[in-house]
Amino acid sequence: MNERIDELRAEGEAAIAGAAGTAELEEVRVRFLGRKAELPNLLRGVAQLDPAERGAVGRAANEARRALESAIESRTAELEAAELDARLTADVVDVTLPGSPAVATGRQHLLTATRREIEDVFLGLGFRVMEGPETDLVYYNFDALNHSPQHPSRLETDTFYVADHVVLRTHTSPMQIRAMEEHPPPLYIVVPGRTYRRDSDATHTPQFHQVEGLAVDEDITLGDLQGTLLAFARAIFGEERRVRLRPHFFPFTEPSVECDVSCFNCRDGFLPDGSRCPLCKGEGWIEILGAGEVDPNVFEYVREYGYDPERHQGFAFGMGIERIAMLKHGVPDLRLFYENDLRFLEQFG
Amino acid sequence: MRVPVLWLSDYCDPGLSTYDLEHRLTMTGTKVESVHRHGVDGLEHFAVGRVLSAERHPDADRLTVCSVEVGDGDVRQIVCGAPNVAAGQIVAVAGAGAIMPDGTRLKRAKLRGVESNGMILAEDELAIGPDHDGIMVLDPALEPGTPLAHVLPIATDVLELEITPNRPDCLAVYGVAREVHAATGAPLAPPPSRDDPGAPGEVAGVRIEVEDPDLCPRFTARLFEDVTIGPSPDWLKARLSAAGMRPINNVVDVTNFVMLATGQPMHAFDFDLVAGGHLVVRRAREGERMTTLDDIERTFDPDTVIIEDDDGPTSIGGIMGGERSEVRATTTRVLMEAATWNGPNIQRTSTRLGLRSEASGRFEKGLQPEQTMDGQGLAAKLMLELTGARLAPGTVDVGGTGPPPRTIHLRDARLERLLGTPVPRDQAAEILRRLEFDVAEAPDGLDATVPYFRRDDVTREADLVEEVARLWGLEKLPATLPSRRGAVGVLAPEQRLRRRAEDALAGLGLSEMVGWSFASPGLVDRLRIPPDDPRHATVRVRNPMSEDQSVLRTTLLGSLLEGARLNHARGMPDVRLFELGAVYFDRERPGERRPEPLPDERRRLGALLTGAPRPPSWREEHPPHADFFTTKAVLAGLLDTLRVPWSVEPAAEPFLHPGRTARVLVGGADAGWLGELHPAIAREWDIEGGAAFELDLDALERAATQVPRYQDLTSYPAVRQDRAWWFAPEVAAADVIATVREAGGPLLRRAEVFDVYPAENRVSLAVRLEFRADDRTLTDEEVAQRRAKIDAAVAESLGGEPRG
Repeated sequence: MNERIDELRAEGEAAIAGAAGTAELEEVRVRFLGRKAELPNLLRGVAQLDPAERGAVGRAANEARRALESAIESRTAELEAAELDARLTADVVDVTLPGSPAVATGRQHLLTATRREIEDVFLGLGFRVMEGPETDLVYYNFDALNHSPQHPSRLETDTFYVADHVVLRTHTSPMQIRAMEEHPPPLYIVVPGRTYRRDSDATHTPQFHQVEGLAVDEDITLGDLQGTLLAFARAIFGEERRVRLRPHFFPFTEPSVECDVSCFNCRDGFLPDGSRCPLCKGEGWIEILGAGEVDPNVFEYVREYGYDPERHQGFAFGMGIERIAMLKHGVPDLRLFYENDLRFLEQFG
Repeated sequence: MRVPVLWLSDYCDPGLSTYDLEHRLTMTGTKVESVHRHGVDGLEHFAVGRVLSAERHPDADRLTVCSVEVGDGDVRQIVCGAPNVAAGQIVAVAGAGAIMPDGTRLKRAKLRGVESNGMILAEDELAIGPDHDGIMVLDPALEPGTPLAHVLPIATDVLELEITPNRPDCLAVYGVAREVHAATGAPLAPPPSRDDPGAPGEVAGVRIEVEDPDLCPRFTARLFEDVTIGPSPDWLKARLSAAGMRPINNVVDVTNFVMLATGQPMHAFDFDLVAGGHLVVRRAREGERMTTLDDIERTFDPDTVIIEDDDGPTSIGGIMGGERSEVRATTTRVLMEAATWNGPNIQRTSTRLGLRSEASGRFEKGLQPEQTMDGQGLAAKLMLELTGARLAPGTVDVGGTGPPPRTIHLRDARLERLLGTPVPRDQAAEILRRLEFDVAEAPDGLDATVPYFRRDDVTREADLVEEVARLWGLEKLPATLPSRRGAVGVLAPEQRLRRRAEDALAGLGLSEMVGWSFASPGLVDRLRIPPDDPRHATVRVRNPMSEDQSVLRTTLLGSLLEGARLNHARGMPDVRLFELGAVYFDRERPGERRPEPLPDERRRLGALLTGAPRPPSWREEHPPHADFFTTKAVLAGLLDTLRVPWSVEPAAEPFLHPGRTARVLVGGADAGWLGELHPAIAREWDIEGGAAFELDLDALERAATQVPRYQDLTSYPAVRQDRAWWFAPEVAAADVIATVREAGGPLLRRAEVFDVYPAENRVSLAVRLEFRADDRTLTDEEVAQRRAKIDAAVAESLGGEPRG
């Protein structure tokens, strides 16, 4: 009897191993372990056996059944995995087709992206971001910034007026005064915002954007201005940039400078083919902003807020966001910023 | 300011290349904007020649075939078209290879069959003057073969300088020479007015009165007799031409040369045409008229300063002379005026009259009274030399020199503290001396006395610091970072929120636009905003660029519609735009005096979607066009990202579809609107409909959760159940949700409409409910109780019948 059991087990195991698919394996299962199969019947017939044989035969038959069941289980897993592989291998899509449904991609405006980039550089240097009104008093826009009463930029030909003493700010500089009125020194701020001048051509729009910077303490030098602008220029235009300060004139700084950054399009003004660089026009330097040490007369206007022209000093600078963006991204015409053509907007941000 | 390098080097010649000079000037504060060449090039091809013979061209009446000697044994045949060419003349000759002022290169040529090896030159061909009536006939003493550049200034580099408004003294070639001297140390020639042949004292027969000395601080005049009007010599014409001025005649050219050299504008009167020999400087009377040199009759107001003689006005002081006493060919007596005018007044008058001249451009920046005599001195020398004139004794001088010079103390410590590095005192002193300051040592620094031509610009210690710094060399400054005591770079909460809003909207597929703050005054009416709406109260710009930009916007919608219109017109009908920007309201109320007269400026966020809300693709060829709900989903995405609690309720806006408009409530307060564009508005902007919203950023900032607090949502499971009811069509989803929430009590954590099924005369809303307790797992019984309460409440308040 035991021999028959061993035989059945060997046969069964061979059939299981030989099954080529899950369907065939099921047939094998029915053949060896199904209701009418020999092994289960043998087990069922154990009761009729001689009691001396009963135990041994029962054990052997049970063992054989379990072995076959376990072999079927593992073979099933094997076959299922192979069949899944085969199905997946046959299920091919064209991966080069576009994703669908499409997800719309939105962008920040280049001015926003550039403004944030500038803000982030100065945030990293410890400056806070402040904002102020776009319509402002003549007092903040001109008087307290040391513009003489006759200064030509006050004229209606240059500046938009909405009332006798209210203008659309012509720069972000009025916030220098407002910020000093609000906060005693030391003060480190940048002020991004919209500004307005009566000008309209390829290089001027009546509305544009600036970022003002102001740092005031007791010991902030022109050298500190240079170092700060160097850090800024490198962060925005590349680590190998240099800056140079050129003497200039602004009513609210003394000494006043313009800051140039070394051209990032050429070497010393010339392209590899020997031609004159169109970006810096062969100069090797590009003007990026105006700056200087805060004029003592400006501190006079905020003396009562804790600023003493003998004791406090610092630097201020102002740059055009459009200019920085145009230089960095090669935008040729200022007017593109305000046209809002999607083909322009979607290139940046 | 145009400065010919050749002229500049008459006064100061540092021996630098133009490139190096340009760099040095730029780095010391006189920015060279550009450099161009005036005159000819290829100088070796220009020489003095002698016309040996001049014969009529065999085939052309107007041409002469000349044989010209241009050096030892070098005789060339040149065909010349000038009527005045004749044998024996000494002339200017250009040979093949010469580059003419317009850049063309001269070649050998055949003129009507006769070979021509060069050109005999007229003055315009050398860019010396405008004359093309004939060739220039040079000094007979000149030797043929002499390089032409040795005898005539036929070529120079010209610097185009940006002169900052604080430096009117540099609107002069000599003034720029002072800068070159200071910047390079090269010797500076004495001022061109040195050796003035004139003397002070009254001038017989000349009477001058100044009624308004505040507007004319100094008025000087000299009388020249026996003047012969004629052309200026070539050197003078060449100087003026290179500086961009046209030569006219010797007297006018002298006035222009003096102005360019010294910065002091001059005016020459024909003294015989000055009625009564008497000039009065006074304010014009309201409405007074005069014809100026440009032949235009002009009307004045009392802020205009005029000069009149006994017959009435002859000039506008500091701006333009009058026709009546203008110098002409017959003039023999010249009254030469050099005056100082009030800068702001000149600027105002020239702006008002629309009259700008080289003179007014200098006066408006503020010239010093002493400069008048710089002008008179040089003018006298040139008048005597060039016009054969005799200088009548004396100089009329009303007003005299300016205030005495100021001495300013410059502390070594202050200099170092501002620059961040020390400048040795002797170097600072040397710099200031070169700038013509009188310098004396003081215990802690220097005492510097300001020269008259820098009187208005240098008034304080900080100004001296600038002078020293710019010439010492800003390139020597260290590059340091400030101490940044107490400096912490963080964004304010509202700035962070705006960044998140921008990012959220871009993430939702919208592109950011930047519109104009300006709008057309008709915009509010085009948007049908009624007059009593606050958005109708626009701020007017008094001096707009154009009527279209004459008010400030009170809504972002105009900008959004304009952006959509432009893209639509350019073949891009699917537009998703947003903008963050300010709007401005006029706060002025009739009869109300405002202590703070600034317009009310608000930050807004607007968005507009028209056409497909996402690009078509192969599985979605025609995405459904954006409508109210597409746009509301964007609004929800934005506000949920910002963690702003919000809701909407039906509302009306004049520019929106009346059945598809909502008020957006944030924290229960009005924060803006949402809705589909009114078809008439869409049509007006040529777009195919769409939907938009506009929100007040301040309201969002106030309501946003800046710091979320932890909630335990994971320790005990939630029980989710769906319920659906039939309602009458007018029942709003928001009412259903409100009723459900009310009845659901605190255990109901979430209730959202997930299905809407309209049928005849009724609509089914299906709501997903989520129950959860913070401290236990809910039993079925607890949930069933709540559900029963909800069913009851929905039935009672809204007539909702459970849908099977």
